[in-house]
Amino acid sequence: MHSTRKTAEMAGQPILTVKDLHVGFDTLDGRVEAVKGISLHVEAGETVAIVGESGSGKSQAMMATMRLLASNGRASGHVDYRGQNLLELDRAGMDSIRGRRITMIFQEPMTSLDPLYTIGNQLIEPIRRHRKLPHADARKEALRLLELVKIPEPERRMKSYPYEMSGGQRQRVMIAMALANDPDILIADEPTTALDVTVQAQILTLLAELQRTLGMAIVFITHDLGIVRRLADRVYVMRQGEVVEEGPADALFTAPQHEYTKMLLEAEPTGRKQPPPQSAPVLLEGRDVEVTFKIGGGFLQGQPLLVRAVNHISIALKKGQTIGVVGESGSGKSTLGRALLRLLPSDGVIRFDGRDIAPLDREAMRPMRRELQLVFQDPFGSLSPRMTIGQVITEGLLVHEPSLSYAQRDARAVEALREVDLDPGMRNRYAHEFSGGQRQRIAIARAIILKPKVVVLDEPTSALDRSVQKQIVDLLRDLQAAHDLSYLFISHDLAVVRAMADYIVVMKQGTIVEEGPTEAIFERPCETYTQELMAAALDQTRFRLIA
Amino acid sequence: MTDAIMAVPVEGRSFWGDAWARLKVNKAAMVSLYYLVFVTALCVVGSYFVPHLYTTVYPDYVRTPPSLTAYPKADMVETALGDAVKRMRVDLKSWQQEGDRVLVTVTASKKLDERNIRYLDRSDTFDDAQVESMAPDGLEMVMSAAIKQQYFLFGTDNIGRDLLSRTLMAGRISLAIGLLAGVVAVVIGVIYGATAGFIGGKTDEVMMRIVDVLYSLPFIFFVIMLVVFFGRNFVLMFLAVGAVLWLDMARIVRGQALSIRRQEYVQAAEALGVTRRGILQRHIVPNLLGVVVIYMTLLVPQVIILESFLSFLGLGVQEPMTSWGVLISAGAKNIGTANWMLMYPAFLLVSTLFALNFIGDGLRDALDPKDR
Repeated sequence: MHSTRKTAEMAGQPILTVKDLHVGFDTLDGRVEAVKGISLHVEAGETVAIVGESGSGKSQAMMATMRLLASNGRASGHVDYRGQNLLELDRAGMDSIRGRRITMIFQEPMTSLDPLYTIGNQLIEPIRRHRKLPHADARKEALRLLELVKIPEPERRMKSYPYEMSGGQRQRVMIAMALANDPDILIADEPTTALDVTVQAQILTLLAELQRTLGMAIVFITHDLGIVRRLADRVYVMRQGEVVEEGPADALFTAPQHEYTKMLLEAEPTGRKQPPPQSAPVLLEGRDVEVTFKIGGGFLQGQPLLVRAVNHISIALKKGQTIGVVGESGSGKSTLGRALLRLLPSDGVIRFDGRDIAPLDREAMRPMRRELQLVFQDPFGSLSPRMTIGQVITEGLLVHEPSLSYAQRDARAVEALREVDLDPGMRNRYAHEFSGGQRQRIAIARAIILKPKVVVLDEPTSALDRSVQKQIVDLLRDLQAAHDLSYLFISHDLAVVRAMADYIVVMKQGTIVEEGPTEAIFERPCETYTQELMAAALDQTRFRLIA
Repeated sequence: MTDAIMAVPVEGRSFWGDAWARLKVNKAAMVSLYYLVFVTALCVVGSYFVPHLYTTVYPDYVRTPPSLTAYPKADMVETALGDAVKRMRVDLKSWQQEGDRVLVTVTASKKLDERNIRYLDRSDTFDDAQVESMAPDGLEMVMSAAIKQQYFLFGTDNIGRDLLSRTLMAGRISLAIGLLAGVVAVVIGVIYGATAGFIGGKTDEVMMRIVDVLYSLPFIFFVIMLVVFFGRNFVLMFLAVGAVLWLDMARIVRGQALSIRRQEYVQAAEALGVTRRGILQRHIVPNLLGVVVIYMTLLVPQVIILESFLSFLGLGVQEPMTSWGVLISAGAKNIGTANWMLMYPAFLLVSTLFALNFIGDGLRDALDPKDR
């Protein structure tokens, strides 16, 4: 109904043309070129994907187009939108385009919504301002938008605050806000990366449907080729600030030309893990493990709210085995991993090497810590910014082998860094000087320097690019073979789990819904929840038919 | 293993190195830093090079305005001479200046005593008095004396003390109090706050309620109590000011410690089996230091102002010792007749506080991890 102007337009006519765009940032170490002269165009009503790994400049190119660069950023070149060069437009001119004709949605829906205002307020205000509508009409319009993005009970949701909604719903609200002024172009910057796979599929379906009904063009920025394959008409592949390949999605996926594109396409983790022999002893075992969090309560605060994050779970990890723990966010999989390492207070029996470790206190647990290690999801948060990586890696040795001299510890650090394929000469550098993949290697080195028996890997690959993920998966596999390690591999990424684990546990709301050998689970999932998960992760059908 | 030893480590840029690089491009902060170093050096070393002691009283030079040329001025010679001659109980017949000496002819009704010249020596204006000639009847005497060249670059105060040396001395005291009380507040605050934040739970509750109780005590009341019980004491000033200001520090540090404790690198250390002490030493405190340094640069001016305020009320340092607050207080009383008495100490105090605040702001920008 709003798209009369758009339908009148000839399809295949470019509405946004970027020519020779350069983006640079002035930093202390001089100017850093993020985008080095890229050219691309967006036609009316099509879906263009810009694909690249982190640091490829894909987001910065679009931020420059929208003139939303950080204060030390400089952009040059031509960005032509319907005859206007956006890079030279004055403030008023830009305001009439940004947020109206071209809108954006971002990765993190929690931080993009103001926590102090209701959803209704945040939707109504921009509508009133941009379209000069009276409050009642704007409210009606906001309701229509919430219905459009399929939020259940939109009337009630108008009065909700962002924290009352799930990540997927918040992203839907963000989309509603972006659509409020009937844009020509919607720029979506990794809109589903922070969401669970099932929710991701719903959001992408919604975007494809909205595009069909409203007819706007979508620029989709992502690192996930699986999404691109299913959503995009045309693809630009970016690497280190340059477009290395472009073309129709089908052609690009079937016959990639550039080495880098081929590498990206092959980056899917491959291989299968063989289960350990039947006779392998059980190393770590949890029986009826239960973790309850107390929220609130205390002096003058009434009854505390009890949340059971892990509910009567039994799990047994054999020597040399990798158990994949799969589930959506909030399913209690990380909590389970930490409870098994006795990092969280829990009920139930936890046995390690035949010994019940559940009743042990901090002091008694300390010698056991050496054999039970943990690797975290976020390679940026899990390394102290004030320590050199040499210090980070050898911290465990200070506790468990206090007799070692400095030189001996240093030698062990060199050894551990070699084992994770990092240059040991880097050990006096600080964590912030490394890339995400390198940091994750450092975190792994910190765990294996103690020669542990069990390592809990809490989403160790989900913050990394696909190609780096593959390297980390290979590294973890090699280490497992070399040191006879047992892994508890926690992840929401089924492709990685399939390559890593020989046994899978599917968790939902603190309980195990299904478990079994990897291939059995992937080929014949029994429970509906597991089937949904598989469908969302492995489905190859397109969200949208090419017109 | 041999080639492992040969792997020469590359030096990385540490957190502090990084912060320093950021600070260096901040012009306001760097100018302030140099200025602060200059003022500190001036106050500490400078008072050894100024011509006057901060305690010396020059009765001839009460409330002398600042001047770049030497005193006495021409009209002041006559006044000073008149004063000296009056003390000799003789009459001034005539005087004249020859170069840097004066020739004075005095008469009297009784026989003159040569020892009278000591009155000239006692004056701040003259030096090296000699008897040139004595009339045969002893009723007339010609004396000569050198005019003492004195510089008062900042002028003098109410009782004729050199304001330059007093301002520098005052700066020493003010900066010392600022630094020491700041350190006292930081040490107590960091230990208390980090402990409360790290242990958490009930201990944290109890410790923070104690802070709340101390907050409710009026500061001035607290200081007056201390002064009443222990008398006026320089060291007490540090304690009083430091003992009040650590409360802010403790709250800030506690909040930081709470958030650092939830960081993944602390959890990682716990998973490694590191002791609580080790976590506090290696993770919590080093990561707190950024905030502490920033707060300290903002705390020092606060302490200097508090000290000035106490001295202004008469509860602070005592004469002849002085501080910028004392000088400003005296200057404020003489603002109509001797505005320089307010101007110079006030300028130094204000510019120092500005510099400290700019450095604090610069450090906050340089250390802010969000900017990274």
